[in-house]
Amino acid sequence: MVIVAAFADFMQQVVSGLAAGGVYALLALALVIIHRSTGVINFAQGEMATLSTYIAWNLTVNHGWSYWPAFVATLAFSFVGGVGIHRVVIRPVERGSVLRIVIVTIGLLVAINGFVVWKWGGEPQQLRSPFGTNTYDVGGVIVAANDIGTIAVALAIVVLLWALFQFTKVGLALRAAAVNPEEARLVGIRVTWMLALGWGLAALLGAVAGMLTAPAVGLDPNMMAPVLIYAFAAAILGGIDSPLGAVVGGLLLGVLLNLLSYVSQYGAFDWFTEELRLPTALLIILVVLLVRPQGIFGRPEVKRV
Amino acid sequence: MRPRTQRVIGFVAFAALVAFVAVLPSFVSDFKAREYSYVGIYLIALLGLNILTGYTGQISLGHGAFMAIGGYTTAILMAGNEQFGGPISGGMKDLWTLPLAGLVAGLVGLAFGIPALRLSGLYLALATFAIAVAMPSTVKRFEEFSGGGSGIQLFGTPELTGSISNVHVLGRSFTPNDWMYYLAWSIALVLFAVAWLILRGRTGRAFRAVRDSETAAVSSGVSLARYKTLAFGISAAYAGVAGGLFAIASAFVNPDTFPIALSIYLLVGIVVGGLGGLSGLVFGAIFIAFLPLWAQGQDLGSLLPDRIVAETQKPGGPAIVYGVVLILLMFVLPNGVGGLFRRIGQLVFGRRRYSRQD
Repeated sequence: MVIVAAFADFMQQVVSGLAAGGVYALLALALVIIHRSTGVINFAQGEMATLSTYIAWNLTVNHGWSYWPAFVATLAFSFVGGVGIHRVVIRPVERGSVLRIVIVTIGLLVAINGFVVWKWGGEPQQLRSPFGTNTYDVGGVIVAANDIGTIAVALAIVVLLWALFQFTKVGLALRAAAVNPEEARLVGIRVTWMLALGWGLAALLGAVAGMLTAPAVGLDPNMMAPVLIYAFAAAILGGIDSPLGAVVGGLLLGVLLNLLSYVSQYGAFDWFTEELRLPTALLIILVVLLVRPQGIFGRPEVKRV
Repeated sequence: MRPRTQRVIGFVAFAALVAFVAVLPSFVSDFKAREYSYVGIYLIALLGLNILTGYTGQISLGHGAFMAIGGYTTAILMAGNEQFGGPISGGMKDLWTLPLAGLVAGLVGLAFGIPALRLSGLYLALATFAIAVAMPSTVKRFEEFSGGGSGIQLFGTPELTGSISNVHVLGRSFTPNDWMYYLAWSIALVLFAVAWLILRGRTGRAFRAVRDSETAAVSSGVSLARYKTLAFGISAAYAGVAGGLFAIASAFVNPDTFPIALSIYLLVGIVVGGLGGLSGLVFGAIFIAFLPLWAQGQDLGSLLPDRIVAETQKPGGPAIVYGVVLILLMFVLPNGVGGLFRRIGQLVFGRRRYSRQD
């Protein structure tokens, strides 16, 4: 009996870990898309997601929209916003050094965070979950509807994105522009627009991640800062250039962190406390970078001299 | 312009800076002097970071963590950590802790430099960022050593020079604020000269070779491992001294004294000042010390239109100004203030036939 109960407990942790990991996976995917196409790590990715989530919250709470229309409108807004940010802010510095672009994304991070506080205040808000607060008993394992919904939405988005890249002409053009911009330009692909499209898609993924995060942790201006770090860790774990790796890395990380805090209650790994969640993710980054810098699914970088 | 002319201009500019720093407190209020002492402290950290990032080409987004190591070294050596159950009794005078703060941070930097050898570019940026992010919660976790979240109080301790009363040095009396100002700036200017000496010779050449092309550097016999770890060590030692001074100036350390934002602003400082140059860094330091104030509509910020100033009084307003100014700066001054100086120099003294990066 004890073993069964312990197993149910364990499975519960796995499920909620997968839900958290699904969110990390989405944001990691956003980072990977931008890094593959522009070679940049977008430090503002988390804040862009927070802004999107605030827009969804504003539509549902202040304008009386119901959840799913607001969800779709937010995605559309985020996509356009992502494209706009690339065209207006990133493109002028794209040819310069990597550091300049990094500083510009940091500027964006600070400005967007400030804008959210300025417009809606710093107090935490509540974005309700579209999946309700029910819990279900599946063979002794208690699972929350919100967790299941989160996993489902995350997986659906990942599959849609994969289909876009794999089966459509735009997807092919996007991949071509990322792999070899010069040759892509030669065959008539408008590379800068493809990059902008990449930023749009990344912003959209961030928006989904934000809207899935908010019901669980509460909506506040700094909500996505830790999620961004987990997403970094997930992307590095899976391989910063591998979309599949980002998804697997995100799910792995979510489950791993949950299980660590689970077993630490029972005496194993008892050095692990909630405060060490973030540092553990960072330890994972360091270890992966040292042992296998290309991540689980990445290919080692080969440089020609 | 010929290297010799360049060097003469450099000396004159440095002498002018020293003179300006020496007389400034006579013209500003006592309170302002303390604000300016932070500029000197940031300058030290920026000098160190520029040796690593600007001259050796290794991006670090984690220098706030090295400052934290220096700051905590100073605080623990002064106040001890026996009151939290730690082993160190403290009692060291503030000034003497600073070399140790630099040493401890420098050793940690050297140690970190070894695994960092395997990383480059954005990977290194992320790994160092990881350290900056992990620092606050790690400090909180090891409470018996660091005092945890509530930190270590230095104000009023006998080890803190000029904590309450005036300081008498060389027959002159300084207010605590002026004392802090002169302390920070004399160390900053000495370390400025030291950085110049390191960078002008063989070591500096090796650093720049690593930055410009690792392959070319190795084939000319420059040891990557040696110079990259050395750059990390020197740079972290600078950050450690800056952190120690920061702790003394704030008379207090806790995990939030060295937030993630600090690491980011240091990187902002060297990019604004100009990578791979020393002169512009003074402006980088002014920028990170005062832009938050200007963004609130104070000092220079009051020159902004009234409507904007009114908005910046609201929470979040200053951050918007800060972010937008940062982005605009990257548009108009791609090489920072140092790059602007070089450009002006070229215009005044005629074009150089080849461009020197340093």
